[in-house]
Amino acid sequence: MALELKMPALSPTMEEGTLARWLVKEGDAVKSGDILAEIETDKATMEFEAVDEGTIGKILIAEGSEGVKVGTVIATLTGDEGVSVPAPASGPAKPASAPAPRKAPATEVKPEAKPAPASKPAPGSNMKTVTVREALRDAMAEEMRRDSRVFVMGEEVAEYQGAYKVTQGLLEEFGPKRVIDTPITEYGFAGIGTGAAMGGLRPIVEFMTFNFAMQAIDHIINSAAKTNYMSGGQMRCPVVFRGPNGAATRVGAQHSQNYAPWYASVPGLVVIAPYDASDAKGLLKSAIRSEDPVVFLENELVYGRSFELPEMDDHIIPIGKARIMREGSDVTIVTYSIGVGMALEAAKVLAEEGIEAEVIDLRTLRPLDRAAVLTSLAKTNRMVVAEEGWPTCSIASEIVALCMEQGFDDLDAPVLRVCNEDVPLPYAANLEKIALIDAARIAETVRKVCPRKA
Amino acid sequence: MDALQIAHSAQPRYAASDEELLKFYEQMLLIRRFEERAGQLYGLGLIGGFCHLYIGQEAVAVGLQSALDGARDSVITGYRDHGHMLAYGIDPKVIMAELTGRAAGISQGKGGSMHMFSIEHKFYGGHGIVGAQVSLGAGLAFAHRYREDGGLCMAYFGDGAANQGQVYESFNMAALWKLPIIFVIENNGYAMGTAVKRSSAETHFYRRGAAFRIPGMPVNGMDVLEVRAAANVAVEYVRAGNGPVLLELNTYRYRGHSMSDPAKYRSREEVQEMRDKHDPIDHARDELMKRGMSEDALKDIDKRIRATVSAAADFAENSPEPAPPELYTDVLVESY
Repeated sequence: MALELKMPALSPTMEEGTLARWLVKEGDAVKSGDILAEIETDKATMEFEAVDEGTIGKILIAEGSEGVKVGTVIATLTGDEGVSVPAPASGPAKPASAPAPRKAPATEVKPEAKPAPASKPAPGSNMKTVTVREALRDAMAEEMRRDSRVFVMGEEVAEYQGAYKVTQGLLEEFGPKRVIDTPITEYGFAGIGTGAAMGGLRPIVEFMTFNFAMQAIDHIINSAAKTNYMSGGQMRCPVVFRGPNGAATRVGAQHSQNYAPWYASVPGLVVIAPYDASDAKGLLKSAIRSEDPVVFLENELVYGRSFELPEMDDHIIPIGKARIMREGSDVTIVTYSIGVGMALEAAKVLAEEGIEAEVIDLRTLRPLDRAAVLTSLAKTNRMVVAEEGWPTCSIASEIVALCMEQGFDDLDAPVLRVCNEDVPLPYAANLEKIALIDAARIAETVRKVCPRKA
Repeated sequence: MDALQIAHSAQPRYAASDEELLKFYEQMLLIRRFEERAGQLYGLGLIGGFCHLYIGQEAVAVGLQSALDGARDSVITGYRDHGHMLAYGIDPKVIMAELTGRAAGISQGKGGSMHMFSIEHKFYGGHGIVGAQVSLGAGLAFAHRYREDGGLCMAYFGDGAANQGQVYESFNMAALWKLPIIFVIENNGYAMGTAVKRSSAETHFYRRGAAFRIPGMPVNGMDVLEVRAAANVAVEYVRAGNGPVLLELNTYRYRGHSMSDPAKYRSREEVQEMRDKHDPIDHARDELMKRGMSEDALKDIDKRIRATVSAAADFAENSPEPAPPELYTDVLVESY
């Protein structure tokens, strides 16, 4: 009987991949453990391995095919009995080599007195499509070229090219002095990064995920955030802590938490949570240039999404300014990070029902752009806060408090929160789905505060 | 014994000139008198919160930092930091004014005893979280190496902090990357109220770097010349690009852990024994007299230092508190 070999999911978030190379041809006999093909995911190139013996029947997807959906039949295997399910090998096919570093001619940038103004795309400037992952990498690379004090350190950032490929190519361009693999030692390297910032450098400290930054949170809060204040403005700590934050897919409770409210509660920190590629790049560049310690919260599920980005020499987005993603007059949905995509989706559904929702992307969570929230509230008089995170003591709670304290007269309905369920994130697919916020829940919550239109 | 211990035992005491010895003596005496005065001001309610005195440990900071190059070497320590600052030449007035929480304090009154910094003097704190300064110090050393400025970092911590996990995380990376850092464990016998033998499976702290191939040296921290001799060995080794060294300075604090500690965990006799027989300042004083210094000259020095400390205390008492709007300044550097 012929068995179908299907495009495998090689990471928790993989939805499609590139069939880079076939290592077998039709008619080849294969046995368990043979490498059949190389498949490129959004993170790495992986080997696709046979589990059972048989003969390759038809190859249905040619090598070089991009965007092959997980589950697509890519070949058939004939011969032996039993169910044959190929499994991915555990390691990457091509270990990243570390080529001789090319010296980057960056020099030290003198501190600027004022924050850099927002760069606006010139009219008619070209737009290009990039993923959030590429935008983040480009931001780091551009700032490393600009300022020799900037370096990046973390687990697997150099030779492995980044656990989520965000630092891909940096080692090649900047060399091991400025792209530094650390041992698995979050508390220690967060302290070293913070100390290096105190010593005048501009570290970018990558946490493989912010879940692991819990081991290092002492340095983020006690060492980095409080230094400038405790020293009477004498000792700065311009460090960027970045990495993926929030729920990924099917990785369970210890790997799925949104720490935004934790960091946003701490004076002395700047906390940024971008949504799309343009913000990821422009805000990360601002974060690296900032004289303050910055917690930069990315989202793994958004890394692979593509967005348009203006092609500019210096794409800078100012810290502390929210943006209106969609204008509307009936209700405001305040959100950030991955919630932005869900809110826009919900707004589209609501528009079909005659409800025009304004969607505000907070972008920076500390300092919070209160004026943007209150201005929109004054316009729509109704508000829902959508947050991929727990509801208790959340950014959503903060927005509700802000509206009570400073926007009470503009309120025609209570401000409602729509967040994840107040439980540790479960593993089972169905339970995980129930626990997490989605566009439908946002739309449903908005309907509660909007009167039915006749 | 490894090479560094052999080098130290070959010349256990530094051959100080009269001038150098006198300078060490003056610096130790300044720390002693400063701390005594700080203790008094605490008793009068002029200093609040936690205040950890360095009395008894003076030879450590003075001996070690005399071997550093103040123009390029950085120093970082924990919360018992007044002595290290004075040993690095920071004005006693601004330290004392920080203790009393005044605008003229080195941290403008916002840091207090445990949180003082002077970038100008390459003194990077003054950290209140036990052990944090070890990782931060490794970061300073990282910056020295990155900039290739020829400097090294001296990171002090106590026998208590030596049991924190991040110390070993930092040892690992410092050795792996050959960072220019001297780790200094000031072993004063007690982590607050817990004697070393009750908290530590390995009480010879200089051995604590062995798993990371960091050479260690035990040093008598009650003799400023022994301290200085060990410092020279360590500085030479680290400056040559060999990576970190771990020094264990065996010392003693006469006072409680902080001003609010009655120190019931040790006997009066034990303290008295150290004061009478091992005091680093008495020791240096005897040596100066042996070298021909007159008692009158020593009295003059004491008088001059008392006057300096009194002036610092007056300044600290009489200078104004920070203006209320200062509450909101320096939270962030930039405006967004």
